[in-house]
Amino acid sequence: MNSLRKQRLQVVLLIMLAGVLASGLIIYMLGQNANYFYTPSQIAQGEAPQGVFLRAGGMVVEGSLLRDPDSLAVEFRVTDGNAVLVIQYRGILPDLFDEGEAAIAAGKVDQNLVLQATEVLAKHDENYMPPEVAESMSEAYLNKRKAEGYSR
Amino acid sequence: MNWTWFYRLGSPLWFYQTTTRWLPWLSLLAIVLLSTGLIWGLGFAPQDAKQGNSFRIIYLHVPTSFLALAGYFLMAAAGAIGLIWKMKLSYMIMKSAAPIGAALTFLALFTGAVWGKPTWGSYWVWDARITSMLILLFLYFGVLALQYAFHNEEAGNKASAVLALVGTVNIPIIYKSVDWWYTLHQPSTIKLTSAPSMHPDMFQPLLVMILGFYCFYVVALCLFTRVEILRRERKTTWVGELAARSSYEVESDKK
Repeated sequence: MNSLRKQRLQVVLLIMLAGVLASGLIIYMLGQNANYFYTPSQIAQGEAPQGVFLRAGGMVVEGSLLRDPDSLAVEFRVTDGNAVLVIQYRGILPDLFDEGEAAIAAGKVDQNLVLQATEVLAKHDENYMPPEVAESMSEAYLNKRKAEGYSR
Repeated sequence: MNWTWFYRLGSPLWFYQTTTRWLPWLSLLAIVLLSTGLIWGLGFAPQDAKQGNSFRIIYLHVPTSFLALAGYFLMAAAGAIGLIWKMKLSYMIMKSAAPIGAALTFLALFTGAVWGKPTWGSYWVWDARITSMLILLFLYFGVLALQYAFHNEEAGNKASAVLALVGTVNIPIIYKSVDWWYTLHQPSTIKLTSAPSMHPDMFQPLLVMILGFYCFYVVALCLFTRVEILRRERKTTWVGELAARSSYEVESDKK
C-alpha cells in the first residue's frame, strides 16, 4: 500500500472509531433506561418510580392467576426468582399468556406496590419444540429449563 | 506486496463477464434451496408446542434478519474499499447493497410484527431489538438518499460510504441488544457457541432457508450491480459493443 492509501485507511478507521465512541457514550448514558421493563426485584427495592407509567415483567407464578367470574378483571403474580410482584389487569390476556411463562405488563405501580396494568404482553422464550417432545419432557426438567431461560 | 490481483478484482468488465457465467447456476441453487426450505418448513416441519403454526414465520423472519445485518457489513466494507482504493466497482456494489438491505430489513420488521400480534399480543413495541432494527432501516435509507443527493457521483459515493461506515456500529448493538437489556424480543435461538435451542426437525429447514437466502442475496446483489455497471460505464467501448450486439440480436429476432 502506498502512503496515500495508508492515509485514507487511517481516515476510515478514524471514522469508525468516532462512530463507536459516540454510540458507546449514548449507550452508557441510556444505561438502564433502554430496558423494556423492570424486574419484580427492582420494584420491590423501590428502584421503579411510583405512579408513573412503566412496564414490569417476569415469570407468571404457577397457580397465581385469579379470574373474577363476573368481569374481565384478573390478578396474577410474576417473579424473577428473588421478588414477587402482584399485577392487576382488566382485559383479555394474549393467547400465549400462561402460568409458568414470562409476561410483561404495562401500567402504574400503586402505594401497595401492585401494578395496575393497562396492557399485558406474553414474552416468548427462544426454545422451539414439537408438542410430542414438549409432552415427553419431564415436568421437572421443563421447569428447570424455563427458570434458566428466564434468568438470562 | 503485489496487489495486481486485487485490482483485477475491481474491474467492472471482469465482474460483468464472470457474473454472466455464474448467475444462472447461482439462481438455480437459490430457487432449489428456497423452494425446498419453504415446502419443508411450512409443510412438513412439526408445529411448535406453544405457538402452534404461527412459529413458522421464523422461516422468513430469521433469514431476512440475518441477511439484513450481513448485507450491511458487506455494504460498509465495499464503502471502505472504495474510500481507500478508489475502486469503481466497490462503490457500485455499495450502492446496489442499499436497496436490497432496506427491503430485507423491512421484511424482517414486517414478519416480526405479523408474528408479534398472536404471540406477544402487540404488533409493535419499542424494545431495544426492534428499535435498533428500525434504525438499521433508516441507515439503509440514508445511504440510498445520499447516493442521489449529489450531482457529483464521487461526492455521493464518499458521503454514503462514510454513513455506511459509521452505521456499522449498529450491527453488534442489534445482535447483542437482547442480552444487554431486558427486551420483549427473546434471545437468539441460533448461537455461535452452542447448539440451537430448537428441535432438529424444525432447525434443518431453517438452515436450508438461511443458505437459500444467502444465495438469493448474492444473485440480487449481482443483478443490481450489473445494472449499475452498465449505467456508470455506459461511455466505455465494451458497454457500447455489448449494447450494439444485443440490439442486433433483438433486430434479428424480429426478422
